[in-house]
Amino acid sequence: MSTLANPIPNTTTSIVVGKNARRRHYGTHIFLTVMAIMWLIPLVWALFTALRPKADTDKFGYFSFGGSFNFDNFITAWTQGGFSKYLLNSVLITVPSVLGTLLFASMMAFAVSRVSWKFNITLLIMFTAGNLLPPQVLAAPLFEMFKHLTLPYSFSDSGNLLNTYISVIAVDTAFQIGFCTFVLSNYMKALSSDLTEAALVDGAGIWRQYWNIILPLCRPALAALGTLEVIFIYNDFFWPLLFIQSGDRLPITTAINNLQGEFLSNYNLLAAGATITVIPTLIIYLVLQRQFVAGLTLGSSKG
Amino acid sequence: MSTTAAKPAGAGSEPGAAGQTTAGKRQLSSGRRTGKAGKVRRLTRRDKLVLGIMVGVPTLIQLLLVWLPTVFSIALSFTRWNGLDLSDLKGAGTDNYRFVVQDYPPFWPAVQHNVLWLVFLALIATPLGLLLAVLLDQNIRGTKIYQSIFFTPVMLSLALIGIIWQLFYNRDSGLLNYLLGTAGTPAAVDWFGNSNINIWAAMVAATWRHAGYVMILYLAGLKGVDPSLREAASIDGANAVQTFFRVVFPAMRPVNIVIVVITIIESLRAFDIVYVINRGTNGLELLSALVIQNLVGEGQVIGVGSALAVILLVISLIPIVFYLIRTFGKESKA
Repeated sequence: MSTLANPIPNTTTSIVVGKNARRRHYGTHIFLTVMAIMWLIPLVWALFTALRPKADTDKFGYFSFGGSFNFDNFITAWTQGGFSKYLLNSVLITVPSVLGTLLFASMMAFAVSRVSWKFNITLLIMFTAGNLLPPQVLAAPLFEMFKHLTLPYSFSDSGNLLNTYISVIAVDTAFQIGFCTFVLSNYMKALSSDLTEAALVDGAGIWRQYWNIILPLCRPALAALGTLEVIFIYNDFFWPLLFIQSGDRLPITTAINNLQGEFLSNYNLLAAGATITVIPTLIIYLVLQRQFVAGLTLGSSKG
Repeated sequence: MSTTAAKPAGAGSEPGAAGQTTAGKRQLSSGRRTGKAGKVRRLTRRDKLVLGIMVGVPTLIQLLLVWLPTVFSIALSFTRWNGLDLSDLKGAGTDNYRFVVQDYPPFWPAVQHNVLWLVFLALIATPLGLLLAVLLDQNIRGTKIYQSIFFTPVMLSLALIGIIWQLFYNRDSGLLNYLLGTAGTPAAVDWFGNSNINIWAAMVAATWRHAGYVMILYLAGLKGVDPSLREAASIDGANAVQTFFRVVFPAMRPVNIVIVVITIIESLRAFDIVYVINRGTNGLELLSALVIQNLVGEGQVIGVGSALAVILLVISLIPIVFYLIRTFGKESKA
């Protein structure tokens, strides 16, 4: 703000401009540093609390450096708190959902962007709009549909689709297809038409055009979307909350809410659980930051 | 392997959403040319079958798990049902809506909170994100580090953000009361527990994430603005503020639209964070949370929950339709 309020008069000589610019950046740095520290405080506080044994914080207070620092809370959360199990559940839900989303969305995007058909725009609108709906709008019917769909007990111990990973995977996939279709169709439209025309002359069918020509060219977009979707689905709190009743089948993001109730007064353990939940996203962020940001900006349509 | 493959994506998308959209539009003409080559009726029978499956399967998933439930929600909102047996389903006319609007105490507070949430995101979080983007767009030292820091919360789920801020806000163990010097005294504030202030505390936590999101989109948008526009403005004697508000900001129109839509939709979708704090009660009522309270509570009043869901749907359709017209309006006309 202060920097914007301090504009450079256009008549000034270059020396003054240079001086002004330097002063401007000085103020900018102070502002940004203060903001950055404020931004990091909640995370650092969670980590700080997680590293201290409860006995020490009880004795010295949470706002102190007294006592020891160790990973005991993490070990307790991992073994007794069931975080190893929850993390596995997250993987079991996220991997099929992301692969399914990318497969279906790329097929759909290929059809609407590379083949001319009068319903192309209609379908694309339907897919894009579906992704923007608040999930709560669909909650009751989906819950009842899954509850009333009778399945053999050998397939699901609830006798229906509730309390299964498949229910969450299916709905996550359905919900994310819209967004990915929108992004991929824009990407595919931008690919030269000569590519598929040449293939057509060579007698390549639709599937070969899709699988062998277009899809490999979309690899950058698929990598970006894949990263983004892993984060989105890993972070999904709502669908598992709605569909899964057994605590031991919950993915980590939803399970941590239960932990909050279980360890009501043990904030150290809760902080350790929160930190464990952050770690996978942080790793993805550090390794694939480029893809993640690319994915977000590729389809800044995301709601 | 994926990193090298994805390099062009990073470079290609750096110019941002603005550049992306113009690229999309430019491609439209060539897309039409493709169209001729790929007309449906010029395809063989086998290709038509393949194409049918490629379109059919995703469309079926989408219809079955997104649009059919939406229609069911509307239908259920005019019924009374306990969710047990389909034969228990009874018509209720507009009773559920009348009940929600007239006799359901949390309804109007929830509407107010949703509006407040939107106003807060629109007036505080979004401008903050824009400000950060403008500051970081100048070639200042350490810009990447700042960006990474502001962007970190965007990676986290709103549910987890609720927990992390719970640790920060807590009355007895939270950092904030220590920093204010009120910890352990009767003046200590339970930021998430006090029904007068918890909505503000929750909105601050939501801002933590939203501002970073807006920042990253605007950073991409700013890179996509043609530098000659700025040069022309400065030659014409515009100062930095004038250049930004009269030239750069309007030039980012596609990004602005996306941000407006995201801000509205995020405020309607806010659910995870209040549900984690106290299931959306005691000062944190939101429409989305009320829907779920009516569906999973002991009472299971599906009709009332669905009526609330339909109200949420109707409100959400405003930004959704606005966005779809902006995005697809030109294409279908062309």
